[in-house]
Amino acid sequence: MFAEYSSSELLSIFAMQGVAGLILFSVFVLMALGLAIIFGQMGVINMAHGEFMILGAYVTYLTSNLFSTYLPDFFSIYFILAMILAFIAAAALGALVEWAMIRHLYHRPLDTLLATWGLSLILQQTYRTIFGPREVGVTLPDWLMGSYQLTETIELPINGLFVMCLALGISLAVALLMYRSRWGTQVRAVVQNRAMAGAVGINTGKVDRVTFALGCGIAGVAGSAFTMIGSTGPTSGQLYIVDTFLVVVFGGASSLLGTIASAFSISQAQSTMEFFMSGSMSKVLTLLFVVLILMLRPQGLFTLKVRR
Amino acid sequence: MSLLLKSRAGIASLLPKKDLYGFLVLALILVVVLPLSLDIFRLNLVGKYLTYAFVAVGLVLCWGYGGILSLGQGVFFGLGGYIMAMFLKLEASDPESTKIQSTPGIPDFMDWNQITELPFFWQPFYSFTFTLIALIIVPTIIAYIVGVAMFKRRVGGVYFAIITQAIAAILTILIIGQQGYTGGVNGMTDLRTLHGWDIRTDSAKYVFYFVCVFMLFVCLFIAQFIRKSKLGRLLVAMRDKEDRVRFSGYDVSNFKIFVFCIGAIFAAIGGAMFTLQVGFMSPTLVGIVPSIEMVIFCAVGGRLSIVGAVYGALLVNFAKTSFSESFPELWLFAMGGLFIAVVMAFPNGLAGVYATYAAPKVDAFFTKLFSKTVAKNSSSMPLPSKPTSTKTESVSLPQGVIHEQ
Amino acid sequence: MSSNTDFVLAVESLTVSFDGFKAVNDLTFYVDENEIRVIIGPNGAGKTTVLDLICGRTKATEGSIKFRNKELTRMKEHDIVKAGVGRKFQTPSIYGDLSVFENLEISFPRGRSVFGALVFKRDEEVISKVHEIANMIFLGDQLDKQAELLSHGQKQWLEIGMLLMQDPDLLMLDEPVAGMSVGERQQTAELLRSIIKDRSVIVIEHDMQFVAQIADKVTVLHQGKILAEGSVDKVKKDPKVIEVYLGH
Repeated sequence: MFAEYSSSELLSIFAMQGVAGLILFSVFVLMALGLAIIFGQMGVINMAHGEFMILGAYVTYLTSNLFSTYLPDFFSIYFILAMILAFIAAAALGALVEWAMIRHLYHRPLDTLLATWGLSLILQQTYRTIFGPREVGVTLPDWLMGSYQLTETIELPINGLFVMCLALGISLAVALLMYRSRWGTQVRAVVQNRAMAGAVGINTGKVDRVTFALGCGIAGVAGSAFTMIGSTGPTSGQLYIVDTFLVVVFGGASSLLGTIASAFSISQAQSTMEFFMSGSMSKVLTLLFVVLILMLRPQGLFTLKVRR
Repeated sequence: MSLLLKSRAGIASLLPKKDLYGFLVLALILVVVLPLSLDIFRLNLVGKYLTYAFVAVGLVLCWGYGGILSLGQGVFFGLGGYIMAMFLKLEASDPESTKIQSTPGIPDFMDWNQITELPFFWQPFYSFTFTLIALIIVPTIIAYIVGVAMFKRRVGGVYFAIITQAIAAILTILIIGQQGYTGGVNGMTDLRTLHGWDIRTDSAKYVFYFVCVFMLFVCLFIAQFIRKSKLGRLLVAMRDKEDRVRFSGYDVSNFKIFVFCIGAIFAAIGGAMFTLQVGFMSPTLVGIVPSIEMVIFCAVGGRLSIVGAVYGALLVNFAKTSFSESFPELWLFAMGGLFIAVVMAFPNGLAGVYATYAAPKVDAFFTKLFSKTVAKNSSSMPLPSKPTSTKTESVSLPQGVIHEQ
Repeated sequence: MSSNTDFVLAVESLTVSFDGFKAVNDLTFYVDENEIRVIIGPNGAGKTTVLDLICGRTKATEGSIKFRNKELTRMKEHDIVKAGVGRKFQTPSIYGDLSVFENLEISFPRGRSVFGALVFKRDEEVISKVHEIANMIFLGDQLDKQAELLSHGQKQWLEIGMLLMQDPDLLMLDEPVAGMSVGERQQTAELLRSIIKDRSVIVIEHDMQFVAQIADKVTVLHQGKILAEGSVDKVKKDPKVIEVYLGH
């Protein structure tokens, strides 16, 4: 399979696929972070996670249109505002959903799964009604277009680099929040013993709502970042949901580091294989591989051993 | 069916009065009322809906009783459907009718994909016997492998749901990607005859409808037998306190594997009946969306009611068809709302609503109708959340076991 | 390693560590035929973990557990049960959706395979055994009741009854009288005295009065190790035990 390429060509292939993999990795990380908080910390399965991402993407799309129509002078920086708005919109919707639905179902994880699936259908149809069934794309400001020529055969797309930086930044922020802030401690306390956390004065209801909203908000930012590398349609969210859950489960649901490590290995495997076989086969093999490993090691890559 | 040949007491304990009425009413509707009142086009649609009922009944056992939520039942439905379709496709692809192809005698989609020889794994499907055996064996083996891998390692709940969902995704991508071997996204279409008998005629559709109903009742009786056996009570016990069952000397994983395999077989039979009645099989029936919809059929019917699962499948699909005909844009709203409502407001589905509101009256009616049987106090109807009250099983018990009332 | 012994249960050099924390550390003790052994100790001493280890719920890091000279550490939970070890959990662990009769019936040691459970028949033997046990645990007139509706104390009895259906040679009870009223405690003490004929029992209990009523021998655990062992009186006087557990 390698015979027809020279060694320098091979190196370039691996480098380029590696970069493509890194971009895919950043996307996975962004998607999985929100889910790692909601599923990993709260144990809630949110099947509508993809639709929260798409919400962020549509908010970005609207902001982009708004700027190009009314504020063309500031178009080059609209993206920053779009991401903030995406976060706020997704987080607000998340808080609403938590209040209306999720909080009644904390002790019934499988039912949460079904209810949020219903929510995802409703959101999909809402997007379709408002934005139409066709996929929409945003215009990128100039500084995000083009690519950076590393060597003669290797070039890096700038939007991809931006997504990578974004993923890195958000991961760091989430890590700080979870492990260094008072709020993070409270979340972990509530997860481990809801009654006791309540008894020591933590407002468990509020912690739940904020956690869920934060996870959804991050999904919104992820969706916003997506618009830079692809277009958005009403059902785009559903395409990612299985991958995202696999990333989180594969990493060991409650470990942030695990989530990132698994996003890395899955994305690298998939993008490297993609060069040598059809996209669908590389996806099949990657998913199959992940499922097989999960069957052998269901607790995921990173977990603690404790008395059950 | 040898079960039914056993003593009257055996039947009574297998089908206590309440369940017997449920079965009889369902049989009346499916065998008499619907065939007499619907034209063959509509009846064929009912038959198609009923194929989903097979999956839903399996899910009642797996999810309602065993607490194992599989989001990948479409995999087994699809396997059953594709296995049947492979046989029919080979029969439809005889050299005579495919002589315009560059390679006559192979299915058309292979020819379009420049495949010149029938792949080895297609060869055995010339045999109908092999097809029927594979129909049961292949889903069982896959369910067994998945079951052993997951349940022996104590993976359950949401993890199991996610993994089965991933398997559904994998199979769909694989079928679409390997279109030379599977027909790709269009699936296997243009199926014509079964042993030379045209399956597209109205008379064939009538026959398949009744075969489908018969097979459904076979599955319903098997499900009822499992439910009423100690295994059924063990499933309820496991759902509640798995460790207690384990420390009472049972290998919990074996029971889960068993019931998961049964669910897979039911789904595969449903898939095969689908292919026969609808005349094609495609990956749209395998993936994540159909798999999770099958769960909602079960939930709407009532996750603890095997008869309810049939009504659930019929009603949801009927609603889907009528919505799609008149307000296609509203269907996803309705479906989404249904998911949320059935979880938040009606966790026991139609069966729960029925038991709370209608059952006392219906019971009184039947008691009147069969007045020679001992009158039963309608207030003793078990609540939906208590599926296995001993009262309903009292028929086979000697005196002394039953107290009160 | 250990040699064959006359003891029902021989626990030797048993250690289990969770990420470096040794919940049970180099534990050795023996239980005789028909002995009632009570394990006491402060919270976190590793009492429940010891029961978890014996019944296979937790896998040992090192050491051996022999039941009638059969090594348990590598056996599956259900095989350990079949070998004759029964265990009651700390919080009443019963099947709320099933009736009292069905709860007891499930523990009847027959039809434990998948096929066996499918063809299991509720025959005369099962019914009379269920009635016998139900009467012992004061639930003879509650057989049709849904187990969820029982009182806390009745649930504890029901779980003990489920173990009696199993008829184990070694019975392990984790705080059987926790949360019971004084009257129920009295009844439970009587119940325990009546069921210990022909079997060995390990009980975890905090209530020293109750311990004094039933124990042949007491083992005091502290930080995963044995602090003292002997008769109730001897242990009660031990200064180390007073220091860490009983108080002055």
